[in-house]
This record gives sequence, C-alpha cells and structure tokens, in this order.
Amino acid sequence: MQQTRSVELGTGLFVLLGLAALFFLTTQTTGSDTFSGKDSFKVSARFENVGSLKDRAPVAMAGVTIGRVVSVRFDPEQLNAEVIFEIDSQYKQIPDDSDASILTAGLLGSQYIGLQAGGSEEYLQEGSEILFTQSAIVIENLIGKYLFKQGADSSEEEEEEEE
Amino acid sequence: MFRDLYLTFKEFLRTFGAMQLFFLRLLSNSPSIFVKRFNLVVQQVYNAGALSLVIIMVCGLFVGGVLGLQGHANLSKFNAEDSVGTFAAFSLIKELGPVITALLFAGRAGTALASEIGLMKATDQLSAMEMMAINPLRRVLVPRFLGGVIAMPLLVAVFTVIGLFGAHLVGVTLLGVDAGAFWQQMQSTLEMGDIYEGIVKSIVFGIVASLYAVWEGYNAVPTAEGVGRATTRTVVLTAIAVLILDFMITAVSI
Repeated sequence: MQQTRSVELGTGLFVLLGLAALFFLTTQTTGSDTFSGKDSFKVSARFENVGSLKDRAPVAMAGVTIGRVVSVRFDPEQLNAEVIFEIDSQYKQIPDDSDASILTAGLLGSQYIGLQAGGSEEYLQEGSEILFTQSAIVIENLIGKYLFKQGADSSEEEEEEEE
Repeated sequence: MFRDLYLTFKEFLRTFGAMQLFFLRLLSNSPSIFVKRFNLVVQQVYNAGALSLVIIMVCGLFVGGVLGLQGHANLSKFNAEDSVGTFAAFSLIKELGPVITALLFAGRAGTALASEIGLMKATDQLSAMEMMAINPLRRVLVPRFLGGVIAMPLLVAVFTVIGLFGAHLVGVTLLGVDAGAFWQQMQSTLEMGDIYEGIVKSIVFGIVASLYAVWEGYNAVPTAEGVGRATTRTVVLTAIAVLILDFMITAVSI
C-alpha cells in the first residue's frame, strides 16, 4: 500500500511537471502578442505587389500590433493582390482614408502591414476597404534599378569623353 | 545466393508485417485497458516517465547550455548575440528536444521494458499467465506501451523547457546577453506551428520507442543471450527509426 502510494505520488508529480512544461512552451515561447483575434473586424486592401507577406503577419499602427493578416490572394480580374486583415475591435476610431503599406521589420525581417492615419471623420469598420496602399519594396528590383542607373551613368560619361 | 537474398527479404517482410499486426493488436486493446486497468498504466507511466526525469533534466540542461555557448560564439561574429534565444528555442523545440529525448528514452526506459518483458518470457511467466487464462498482451504489454506513449511527450516538454533555461543560464547569466532581448526575439520569431511540430514529433517518437521496446521484449529468444540481444536491438532500432522519422516529419512540415 505504501509503495503504490509513492508510485502514484511520483506519477502525479511527473505528469504535473510535464504539463507545466507544455504550458510554458505554448504560452511563453511564442509571440501571443497583445492581439488574440477574438473581437475583431475585417478590412481589405489591394496591393500591386505584396512581396512575401504571409497569413498571420502583423498589422501595426505607430509600431504597435493591432491586428493580423487573414488572407492574401490574387484577384484574377483586377490583376492585383487582395489582402484581408482583421483589426482588434477596441480600435474603432481609425480614419477610413488611412493608408496601408507593406513594410519590412529590420533589414532582413519578415514583412508586415503598417497603417498611417489619415484625416477623415469616417472610421474603418467591418468590410471597409483601404484605398491608399503602397506596395512592398522588392529589394531585387531596387538593386536592379541601382545597377541599371549606374550602367547608364557610366555609358553617358564614356560618350561625353568620346566627344 | 539469390535464394539467400530472397529468403532474407521474405523474412524481413514477415517481421515487418507481424510488427504492424502487433501494433494494431496493442492499439485495439489500449482503450479498454486504459479505462479498466488504469492503475497498471499509472505504474508504467511512473516507470517510464518519472524514473527517467533525472537523466532527461540533466541532459536537457547541458544541451541547452551548449546551444547557448555555440550560439553566442557564432552569432557574435555577426553582432547578433541577441538571437541566441531564438537559435536555442528553434533547435530545442523542433529538433533536439524530441530526438534526444527519444534516444535517452530508448536507452533508459526502452531497454528496461525490453529486458523486463524478455525475462518474463524466459522465466515462463508469460506462459503461466496464459495458463491462468490471462492474456499477457493485455495484462503486461498494453500498459507498458501506453505508459511509454503517455510519458514521452511530457518528457520532451520537460527536456525542452529545462534546455531553454540552460541556454538562458549560459547566454544571459554567463555571457551577458540581454534577458529581454533573449526572450522577446524568441517570442516574436517562434510560431505556434513550430511548437505543434515538436509535439507531433514527440507523440510519434513515443509510439515508436514504446512499440519497439515492447515488440523486441515480447519476441526475444527466451535465453539469457536472447534477452541481451533484444535489449540491444531495441536501442539500435529505435535510434534508426527516430532519426528517419524525424527527417520525414521535418520534410513534410516545411
């Protein structure tokens, strides 16, 4: 009897410790952030190029996460990308002429949507669409442009020298 | 020679098939044993899990510590020491936690299971049970299998968390990485999916390690040498299966 009691005690301790560790892993090591996604409203925006924006990417305003991207899809009719994201419903007073741009966290970080407040008296609500958007900056394109410009400059110089 | 090859292949197929059937028999008996003979399962969770805690915790602490050291040494070349936490957490949660725990589990609990069952067989205890109309599969094997399956994910979680604290101890306390950056970077980079991957791995490895241990013990040649061989085979087979499955699960989840 004494022995089974100590076995049960040991097992109980072990399972409790294991569950505590699991709980720690699921809550403390991932970014649950401040946004839980319970009470939220959905807003959409269209971008020429979303870069590598993914589902569940953060939506931030003034650097604070206020929502998450729900879906990114290609619209075959308008030939651009439609991004739907949800914003925590405690932020009801975001002007509806705010503009959305796709930004990168750090030089090589993941991409997120940044909102810039506009000046309208009307506020964003469920189903509204953000009209002013700015596409993701694709680093390859920037480098391409820079190199092209360099090439053009140097060939012009050569031409001038020849003259 | 071809005949030998053919026979070896046929024998391999036969063992493989017998093992699947054995696994199905274990599974089909599991629910009723879990409900009716819960005390037997508790006893085995204690044997496989609680008694493995010490080795798991000590190894976890030092594995985490090494990750902290290596991560700091290499990341500081890029001035990215703050990412030590992310580095350690990714390695521990997705790979090292489940794999090393499974290997330790095979060494600590798997061998104990295989030799115990093998010895029961060698000393005719299993046949004696059959004579008394007790099904040894239900009375002996299923509780041990279930105990291992339940214990393994919990052991992995303990190993991972202790490892994270080991990394914290080395990275933050010893090498002076900022504690806030350590945890904050980890939290912003890790996603729930990464943790699910670790949990899925730990469950699969738990099933594999327990299955091999029980199977090898049950099919041991009932001699002193046979039991010894069964114990060795348990560790070898579990290690191979765990590492192959680890590769496959990672390949699927990326």
